[in-house]
Amino acid sequence: MLSVKGLKANVGDKEILKGLDLEIAPGEVHAIMGPNGAGKSTLSHVLSGREGYEVTAGSATFLGQDLLALAPEERAQIGLFLAFQYPVELPGVNNTYFLKAALNSLRKARGEPELDAVSFLRLIKEKLKILDLDDALLKRAVNAGFSGGEKKRNEIFQMALLEPRLAILDETDSGLDIDALRVVADGVNALRSPERSMIVVTHYQRLLDYIQPDYVHVLAKGRIIRSGGKELALELEEKGYGWIDSEGQAA
Amino acid sequence: MTSARAVDDIVKSEYEHGFSTEIESDTLPPGLNEDVVRAISLRKGEPEFMTEWRLKAYRHWLTMREPEWAMVNYPKIDFQSISYFSAPKRPEDGPQSLDEVDPLLLETYEKLGIPIEEQKALAGIAVDAVFDSVSIATTFRKTLSEAGVIFCSISEAVHEYPDLVKPYLGSVVPHTDNYYACLNAAVFSDGTFVYIPKGVRCPMELSTYFRINARNTGQFERTLIVAEAGSYVSYLEGCTAPQRDENQLHAAVVELIAMDDAEIKYSTVQNWYPGDAQGKGGIYNFVTKRGDCRGARSKISWTQVETGSAITWKYPSCLLRGDDSVGEFYSVAVTKGRQQADTGTKMIHIGKNTSSTIVSKGISAGEGQQTYRGLVRISQRAENARNHTQCDSLLIGDRCSANTVPYIEVKHPSAKMEHEATTSKISEDQLFYCRSRGLTEEDAVSMIVNGFCKEVFNELPMEFAVEAQKLLSISLEGAVG
Repeated sequence: MLSVKGLKANVGDKEILKGLDLEIAPGEVHAIMGPNGAGKSTLSHVLSGREGYEVTAGSATFLGQDLLALAPEERAQIGLFLAFQYPVELPGVNNTYFLKAALNSLRKARGEPELDAVSFLRLIKEKLKILDLDDALLKRAVNAGFSGGEKKRNEIFQMALLEPRLAILDETDSGLDIDALRVVADGVNALRSPERSMIVVTHYQRLLDYIQPDYVHVLAKGRIIRSGGKELALELEEKGYGWIDSEGQAA
Repeated sequence: MTSARAVDDIVKSEYEHGFSTEIESDTLPPGLNEDVVRAISLRKGEPEFMTEWRLKAYRHWLTMREPEWAMVNYPKIDFQSISYFSAPKRPEDGPQSLDEVDPLLLETYEKLGIPIEEQKALAGIAVDAVFDSVSIATTFRKTLSEAGVIFCSISEAVHEYPDLVKPYLGSVVPHTDNYYACLNAAVFSDGTFVYIPKGVRCPMELSTYFRINARNTGQFERTLIVAEAGSYVSYLEGCTAPQRDENQLHAAVVELIAMDDAEIKYSTVQNWYPGDAQGKGGIYNFVTKRGDCRGARSKISWTQVETGSAITWKYPSCLLRGDDSVGEFYSVAVTKGRQQADTGTKMIHIGKNTSSTIVSKGISAGEGQQTYRGLVRISQRAENARNHTQCDSLLIGDRCSANTVPYIEVKHPSAKMEHEATTSKISEDQLFYCRSRGLTEEDAVSMIVNGFCKEVFNELPMEFAVEAQKLLSISLEGAVG
């Protein structure tokens, strides 16, 4: 589904990703862990098409398409979704309106008919039930004045609605207390399916207590230096990144 | 990179409503002198008091100088090169129904999306369409007259209701007020008169569409709305204009008068030709709009969405004379390309317990230049006056500018004043967030801008709000920063 090969990317003159490889098959959940400054957010941003990064080498193929050649909205249209580490506030833009516009632009791009208000509201109700969310958030402006937990839940709700083929959760656990974490994780788990893959980017192991990954990768200094099953996360938790860092250097 | 390209695109985007209708105009030759003023009055068959009123204004105008304090730049206007009267042919045997209206004209309205026919009727709005200077179609007269509401062209009012016009005309904006208002008083061509009798709630929203058409013709509209004690009226004004090469001067005057417990809601959507990529050919919009809260507990509310004109110079104001009277000003102004706007409001608190609210949203894109200029004055008698001002600017791109020039004069110690001002840019983060959800850059900008303007759009009547949002999206097509 996603194939990243030898990906190198700069911010300004500084090389952040230094030849990254990643293969993700349909239905798989991959956790990417790593210390601060390892390039986790850069990877999320480069894959989703944010400006300000220069790809200097390598490739990223998603569902057979050259991902890096597409505009951010085109990536979304073919089924990529980024749950933001810091969801952005859009003052005055009603959340429901935003979601409807987003969903319909995806449908339009895929040649599907746009949903009218009635069918859209029906769909929203259905998704709310799956995620066990309060619909009060939908009446407010997008993320404006939302608490940290509300913002993250809103991201997961968007994911539920837009039904991506590949979702990248960029440090979705940051800033969440344990209850909020559980709600978010439950939402993510509800959305797991054989057709949908996920990349869970996180600094801490604790999210992986709730979202069980198929694979864990350790990202350090712009490269994936170790891959394994979920037991790798536990090992990391125990020994810290220092362990892998020194090993990585030794290797 | 994309930003610079996109901002260039909006400068190049052509004016959607840029077309003109070929209708023979009965136009006076260019130039202005007492004879021209008399000729206008004569052509309109006005009573003598009007001719004298015009001449007095003209003579005073000769002693005045063009104001230069606004933050706008334009070549000096040659007032002698302007033609001061233009009317569609056959004004005397003017059409009685839409069937008699020149089909070319109707087509023009169609193109502008002005549903003058059944749609509008079903929507419950009476349309007094002004084409050039003379009103050509008025609908719903009957329903209105049953309610006792007078809604007609001001020329007609001068003939039919001189006793209602005479005491109010120029009583809010006297001809001595300013240069352009004075010029308007001398040469005004036509406009609208609305009279709401005591205790009457106007049964429908009144709507007038203005349109500048004849080449090289200054347009001098005059609107007078009188709301008697306990009455209510909502008035909608919308404008579009065909593409032109020369600059066209528009100097309108709007006077509102609200008696005890009366309320006037005046909404404007303005979309005049802003000029080409070099800023050539756009409309100069030098307007004087003022409401007089003459009675106790009266309320006047201005809501405007300004997206057009090369230059806008406009300060819809409220004189809060009656005790407990309320003034409101809600504004969205967009400047893009080479557009310049110096706009705002004046809230003059005179009565006791008067309150005013100002919400101004300015959006600049391309090389647009915008100044909010607002005066809040609390006079010596205005005990317990309150004002809340919120003034936000949104910049799109890095070649536009926004200025805020608030004037606050407080002469009573009990006044409560609040002033908030912000300037922000559409952030990369916001754009990327929207795009990562599948929205195009354009849709994202339009959505963010509409969100920014929401407080003002909420004040517009439903239909107008939809129109305004559409207009804003069209105006900012390609404007990404």
